[in-house]
Order: sequence, then C-alpha cells, then structure tokens
Amino acid sequence: MKKRYLILLLILLSIVSLFIGVKEVSLQDILSFENEGLQIMLLSRIPRLISIIVAGMGMSISGLIMQSISRNKFVSPSTAATIDSAKLGVLISLILFTSSRPLHKMLVSFIFAIAGTLFFMQILKRIKFQNTIFIPLVGIMLGNIIDSITTFFAYKLNLIQSISAWLQGDFSMIIKGRYELLYISIPLLVVAFLYANKFTIAGMGEDFAANLGLNYNRVINVGVSIVALISSLVIITVGRIPFLGLIVPNLVTIFQGDNMRKNIFHTALFGSIFLLFCDILGRIIIYPYEIPISLTVGVIGSVIFLVLLVRGNR
Amino acid sequence: MVRKKYLWLLGALSIVLILVFVFWGLNSNNWEYFLSLRIPKVAALVITGVAIAFSTLLFQTLTNNRILTPSLLGLDSLYMLIQTLVIFILGSTSLILINNKINFFISVGLMLIFSSLLFKALFKRDTSNIMFFLLFGLILGTFFQGLTTFMQMMMDPNEFLHIQDRMFASFNHVNTEILIIAFIVISALMLYSIKYFKLWDVLSLGRDHAINLGVDYHRTIKNMVAIVAILVSVSTALVGPITFLGLLVVNLAREFLKTYEHKYLFIGSSLISLVALLGGQLLIERIFNFSTPISVVINLIGGVYFLYLLLKENVA
Repeated sequence: MKKRYLILLLILLSIVSLFIGVKEVSLQDILSFENEGLQIMLLSRIPRLISIIVAGMGMSISGLIMQSISRNKFVSPSTAATIDSAKLGVLISLILFTSSRPLHKMLVSFIFAIAGTLFFMQILKRIKFQNTIFIPLVGIMLGNIIDSITTFFAYKLNLIQSISAWLQGDFSMIIKGRYELLYISIPLLVVAFLYANKFTIAGMGEDFAANLGLNYNRVINVGVSIVALISSLVIITVGRIPFLGLIVPNLVTIFQGDNMRKNIFHTALFGSIFLLFCDILGRIIIYPYEIPISLTVGVIGSVIFLVLLVRGNR
Repeated sequence: MVRKKYLWLLGALSIVLILVFVFWGLNSNNWEYFLSLRIPKVAALVITGVAIAFSTLLFQTLTNNRILTPSLLGLDSLYMLIQTLVIFILGSTSLILINNKINFFISVGLMLIFSSLLFKALFKRDTSNIMFFLLFGLILGTFFQGLTTFMQMMMDPNEFLHIQDRMFASFNHVNTEILIIAFIVISALMLYSIKYFKLWDVLSLGRDHAINLGVDYHRTIKNMVAIVAILVSVSTALVGPITFLGLLVVNLAREFLKTYEHKYLFIGSSLISLVALLGGQLLIERIFNFSTPISVVINLIGGVYFLYLLLKENVA
C-alpha cells in the first residue's frame, strides 16, 4: 500500500478515536472553549490517542530492529530480558511502594527494566558475536532467570494475579499523569529511523557489515538499547500488547522485503493503525463499556493476520 | 571419547537421583505408603522429562532454529484456555476439573484436533513452508492467550487460585491411570522414531541440502510435526505447561556434547532434563516445603548455569 494512504487512514482513525466515548464531545464544544468538553479532550482522549500511536509505532519498530540485527524472524522485543525485569520492578513497587502515586510506581519498574537491560548488554559485551543466535538466546535465558525470581516472591505473597493484571495491555487507564513516561520513546524512535540503513547492513552478518565499513558492535548495541528502552516504557505504561512486536514486522517484511529503510515507515504506520483500529473497536463493541486492548488485538488481530497470511501465500 | 563419558556421567547421576528420590527416609513402618506415592511421581518425572527434551529437539531440527520451543505451536496456550474456560463457565467444582482422567482426555483430544487442523491448513497447498506454519501457530497461540488472560482478569480471585495451580507444572498429584497411558504413548513414539535419527541428522543441514541429498522433505516434516504435537499434548496434559525446560536442556546438551547427531543429543538432553526435574523436585520437597513451583527452581539454576557455560567458552 502507498505510504500516503496509510497516513491518511491514520489521521482518519485518530479523529474517530478522539470523538468516541461515553461523554459526547462535539467539535463546537472545543472550538468555543467549552470547559467540560475541552477538559475531557485534554485529560483523557488526547493522552489516549498519543499513547496508542506511540506504543504502536514503538513496539513494531522495536520488533523490526530486533529481528533484523539478530537475523531471526522469531525474535520479539521481549527477548531482551527487558520485560521480565520490568515485571520484577512491578513486583517490588507493589510490595514496597504500596501507597505512592502510579507514576512513581512506573518509575521504579522503569529503573528495574533499564538495570536489567544494562546487565544484558554487559553479558553480550563479554560474548564474542560468533553466532547471532546467541543474542536472543542469552536474552531468553536471562529473562527466565529474572522471571523465576519474580514468580518465587509473587507466588509466596499471592501477587501473581495483580502482576498479570498490571501487565495486561489496557488503554482505558491512560489519563493525564499516567502516561507521560511514553514521551521518552519519541526521540528513541527518531534515532531508530536514522539508523535504519545501518540496521539493514548489520542484518547481513558481521563479516559483510565490517566489509562495508560498519562498526558492527556499536550498531548492535544501539539497536538493543533502543528496543529495550521502548519496550520497557510501553510495557510499564500500557501493558503487554500481543502481536505488535512479532507479527507486524513479519508481515511487512513478507510483502516488502528486508530493506529497513524502505519498510520502517510502513511498519510504524501499520503498527499504530492496527492498534488504533483495535482500540476503537474495543470501545464500540460493548459500548458504554470497554474490552481491553490485548483481547481485541488478540482476537481481531488473529483473524486479520490469518487472512493476510493466507492471501499473501497464494 | 569425551562425549560418551559425559553421557555415562549424566546417566549415573540420574540413577543416583532416582534412588535418593525413592528411598530417602524410608523405614520398615512407612515404606509401603511412601513407595506407593513416590514411584508414580518418579515415573511422571521421567516421562515428562524425556517427552519435553525430545519434542524440543525435534522442533528445533524441524525449524532449523535454536531458540524455538514447541510452545510456538500454541498447544500450551490452548491447554491453559481449556482449563480457564472450564473454571470460568462451570466453576472450580465441576466434574471436568476434578476428575483428572476426563480432564486429561478432553485436553489431549482438543490439542490433537487443533494440531491436525493446523496441519491441514498448511499441507492443503503444496508449499510446505515452515515459516507460514509457525506464523499460523503463533497467531492462534496469541489468540488463545488473549482470551485466557481476559477471563483470568474477570475471575473471582478464589477461582483464580485453581487456575494458578495449573499455570505451573506440578508433580505433586500424579494420577496413576493417566501415567500408564502416557507411558505407552510416549514409548511407542520413541520406538517409532529411532530409525529416523539419521534422517533428521541430514535434515539439520537445512531444507535445500536435505532435498539435494534425497530426503523426502514433505513427508519427513509431516511426520516430525505429528510426533511433536503428540508429545507436547501428552506431557502438557500430564503435568502442565513447562516448555522452557526444553529450551534449556536441549541447549545445554548442545553446549556439552558439541554435536549435531540426534542420537547423542536425544540421550543427552533427556538425561539433563531428568537430572533437572529430579533435582528440582527434591529441592522443592526437602528445602522449600512445596512453597514454590518447580519451574522457578529449574529456570533459576539451569538458566544461571547456561549463562555461565556460554560466558566461559565465548569470552571475547
């Protein structure tokens, strides 16, 4: 699909998203600075829209980067031990900071996520990249070690259900004061766009990349850091959203090939359009109630992707 | 040969662990009761250990990818969905949940139906493209997981505890009748598979090389997926989802044995998985007093050991 159609679709869906909700808000209310309508826009609707777009772009681009540099289509952003460290952070903030504000709890788990990622990078530095399969493998192993520590305590304190409720992807709790951490990921996305060419070359293998004069290890490190930061921000503010990191980039590369400069825009746009679409549907289906995004993404996404896959395969 | 020495060592270690497990603290008064509990438990540990190691090894050969486990096919998500659905609709006192035998047959049956449908979708067309097959499984698995998490969120916390029991693999209540069925199914599969080991060695060279060397790729793949599906269904229904163990033990076996031959890898990874399961279960019973799921102990110790191995050998 042409890029401009995708952009048009995104704008259209964004407008729809702004005007859906239990409280009717008309354009007139806003233009006449009518107090209540404006407040709803600023406190709830706009934060929600921004966080959906940023999360959609962030997760799908992180997936694309991760798959490209590890040269493995089945690696997702969650393979860098980030999400498991964030989960440990959630546990700690649930135990120790029960009374503090949500944003503070998020900061605690964000710090954990970063610490976990730095640890992962330290291990990667010590291993020679003789085989790219080791990047995700180390990530998975480390993630499971951290996860088992979390489970050990959560199981004893009966917190497993609370943790999975926190990490369940859900945009209905996004209001002013609870999502601002997500803004950190915007500059990271810009860096990802700038590095797109380098990631493509790194995806051709170390020898080839070195031959073309690329600082292979630095590009890998930049890539892994971007992925880890973005995915920890998203998981902490929004929760775990299935599909985006793994399947969106896979589908785009099936149709567009592996040149990241060419498909990074498509991946980003497609990711956020898809997420926005699912969110709108989730808000309409049992109006005035809401279905959590992870469910709509899981169910609707499955159907859409299966159809795409079967048609693309023919 | 070093490789054989390793295997013998592992074999001896697992026998010692089995003996410790069965005979620890027996005396003339309690032996009858204890043995009646412990022997089924050891049998369950052995069966799942072998089934998980074997299915993961096969799956990695099938996909030519060292970081994948059969959980990618979505079978254990389906298992969790079945369990959650039963509790969600019928409540934790329903017959299907309490009667292990009915539960086992329903779960295995549904998982097998699911995997054969997945098959059909793949092999209807002539393109036996593994990539599409995996994406299919992955997407359906995510679908099941979405439904499951949603129901778990809506659930009464007391009911959730029943699901939590099933979220983690457990060897604490083994049902003997199921055990015998599982044993028969899995040993029949083993016997059937032995003659294919050499073929799979060739397959691990990659699709193109294998076809070039005269392997009937389409048929072999079909066979392998069927074996993996049966193994995973049976072991998941027996003890619950524990797929990370497979990734761990197969990769440990690869690091240890430095070989691509399925003969050695199969024996090695099965033995490592036995040692891990028996050791983990002993630790839980004797030290943690059942306060934590077995996967916690195995993932923690096994994962740290794996990282240590990698670091030791690949230090830059």
